[in-house]
Amino acid sequence: MILKHFDFIKHRNIFFTISIVITLLGILSLFIFKLNLSIDFTSGTRIDVTANQALSTTKVEQTFTDLGYHTEQTVQSGQNNRVTTIRLNRELNRTQSATISDRLKQDFGNVDVSMSTVSPQVGRDLAKKALYAVIIASLFIIAYVWIRFEFLQGLTAVIALLHDAFFIITVFSLLHIEVNILFISAVLTIIGYSINDTIVTFDRVRENVKLSKKRLTTLSDFGHIVNQSIHQTITRSINTVLTVLFPVITLLIFGSESIRTFTIALFIGLLCGVYSSIFIACPLWAVLKVKHLARRKKKRTVQPQA
Amino acid sequence: MVKKGRIISFFVILVVLAIIIGFTAKPIVNNMKLGLDLKGGFEVLYQVKPLKQGDKITPDTLHNAVTAIEKRINVIGVSEPSISIEGNDRIRVQLPGVKDEKSARKLLSTTANLTFRDSNDKLMIDGSELEPGKAKMEFHSTTNEPIVTLQLKSSKKMEQVTRTIMKKPMPDNVLVIWLDWHKGQTYKAESKKAKPAYISAPSVNEELGKNVMIQGDFTTQEAKNLAELLNAGSLPVKMDEIYSQSVGAQFGKNSMVETLYGGTIGVAIIFLFMLVFYRFGGLIANITLCVYIYVVIAIFVGLQAVLTLPGIAALILGIGMAVDANIITLERIKDELRSGKSVLSAFRAGNHRSFSTVLDANLTTIIAAAVLFVFGTSAVRGFAIMLIISNVVTFITSVFGARWLLGLWVHGRALDKKPGLLGVKKGDVHDS
Repeated sequence: MILKHFDFIKHRNIFFTISIVITLLGILSLFIFKLNLSIDFTSGTRIDVTANQALSTTKVEQTFTDLGYHTEQTVQSGQNNRVTTIRLNRELNRTQSATISDRLKQDFGNVDVSMSTVSPQVGRDLAKKALYAVIIASLFIIAYVWIRFEFLQGLTAVIALLHDAFFIITVFSLLHIEVNILFISAVLTIIGYSINDTIVTFDRVRENVKLSKKRLTTLSDFGHIVNQSIHQTITRSINTVLTVLFPVITLLIFGSESIRTFTIALFIGLLCGVYSSIFIACPLWAVLKVKHLARRKKKRTVQPQA
Repeated sequence: MVKKGRIISFFVILVVLAIIIGFTAKPIVNNMKLGLDLKGGFEVLYQVKPLKQGDKITPDTLHNAVTAIEKRINVIGVSEPSISIEGNDRIRVQLPGVKDEKSARKLLSTTANLTFRDSNDKLMIDGSELEPGKAKMEFHSTTNEPIVTLQLKSSKKMEQVTRTIMKKPMPDNVLVIWLDWHKGQTYKAESKKAKPAYISAPSVNEELGKNVMIQGDFTTQEAKNLAELLNAGSLPVKMDEIYSQSVGAQFGKNSMVETLYGGTIGVAIIFLFMLVFYRFGGLIANITLCVYIYVVIAIFVGLQAVLTLPGIAALILGIGMAVDANIITLERIKDELRSGKSVLSAFRAGNHRSFSTVLDANLTTIIAAAVLFVFGTSAVRGFAIMLIISNVVTFITSVFGARWLLGLWVHGRALDKKPGLLGVKKGDVHDS
């Protein structure tokens, strides 16, 4: 395997550049394309009509026009396209939703109607909560890694996980995939997973630092340790990501439409997670560590004179 | 020398596990509570507002509102309702498996504040005058129509009110009975409509006592609902729907079947992968994974947690993550074998060295899941609980369980000099 002999430290700048470029691209994309937010975060109504066969979207839209609603987006999914999803940009009250449901059943036979309607206030709260969740989870993780490992490793682990979380957001923004409440779960799962992956590699770094008899000071010292640790753990990293990817891929292909955004986000995040812990977190740690040591050494040599 | 005793105990353990799982799997699965995204049903988030402007919503009023909602849900007859207070002024109601969503939602959000007003909408008698628990659905003695009968606390007030109304000229001598009258509604406007918003407006020709009879063009069901609503008591607050989700039973069922199908294939691939890559170690890992799946589901059911679609996804993902613990350990054992150690000492060193890695990796995931649980909404919570349970169980099955089972073979000396059985090629072993 080529990665078993790859020098991750020597080529670090290539990967740092790639990641910085992608991150900048993401920021740009967020400004230009924004995120395709589902009604969970904005407000409005989503209606899923399940029938035995595909319904005519024009007919479905006609039903809504007849009732005086303007449909935003109509898509079909599922086996034989039997699920028709309609989005309205306004929230419905109890009577309105009952009328729509009755009318659909009247027009298209005994279809199964699922509906969710969100007011702007609830959507805002949800987005806020999600942001808090990411920040709080990050802080706890830094604290934990700080205690078990060292601060710099905690910091780089969190940089890697934010990188992964942002990468998912970038892809969703660029491809304009709908972001719903499950997307948040997916991002948080990836945060958990990404950290897990980084920790396993750092764990080996910790062990190899302990085993090394030499005092480590230069980038090549740390680079050697990092390369060695990655080479030792790379099979595990790849195998683990594979075993999680298998069900994610089969869920993507066969699973319910309702969790599609969730599985897409996981798929992207898993790939990015394994990339970032190998190509970003470890080399970045080595660079920061050497700088930190150099600064401390400088301080020590300066202090006695003062 | 292969010690047969340990190998035999390995198989005995397998048989015992198979029997336990075989006999308890069905009752466990049958006791699984399904969320409304799988079962169908609906969920509403209410913004609670005071009935009178200027009043404040206190925790007490919220609790009273929840009690009133609970009583009403008993009227609907839902088996697993969930009512929770969110924040300072919100109530979330989840009713899985409700058939008649329309009337259930109406029943829930009706304040059920019964008032008697005159033709100018002036309040004559309000719901607080009702004798609690005395509303009844009956059939009218002559017309046989369904009616609702009530009892007031005292007849004095009604006598007084009816006396005043009687004296009014013809079209105005009515006593209008309203349910949830709100400002802006007038009898004059509503009486012209085909379906007026008030319940009924009988003309008053005689003095009435404390027994009141409402004839309101009811169907039997409507009359029954109204009587039960009045008995359950009026809500102390006004509730506006700010979020609602309703899932059709068929939609829910399809999502569940599709997700389980996709997941099963994914898990089958994991099993195959482990066998190919780690051989005998993979077989042991697969056995512990089966136990893992069983234990996670059993704990989940035991906690009476509600399985949601994201929960199923978490269960399946959790399997992928549980394998991680096996992989870390097995990789470590392979490393040790390659460095020339014997199977027994490689097994010991591998287990020992991989432990802290697995511990740190799982604890950090649990931290993320716990945060999700605290901040998540209902569907996300199902996911977070599943993630936490699976991480804890991973420890029991994939770390200790796998160590124990593989240990029986290693200590039984059955794998000595056979690193190939653990996926290490003979050529890769360094001689030291």
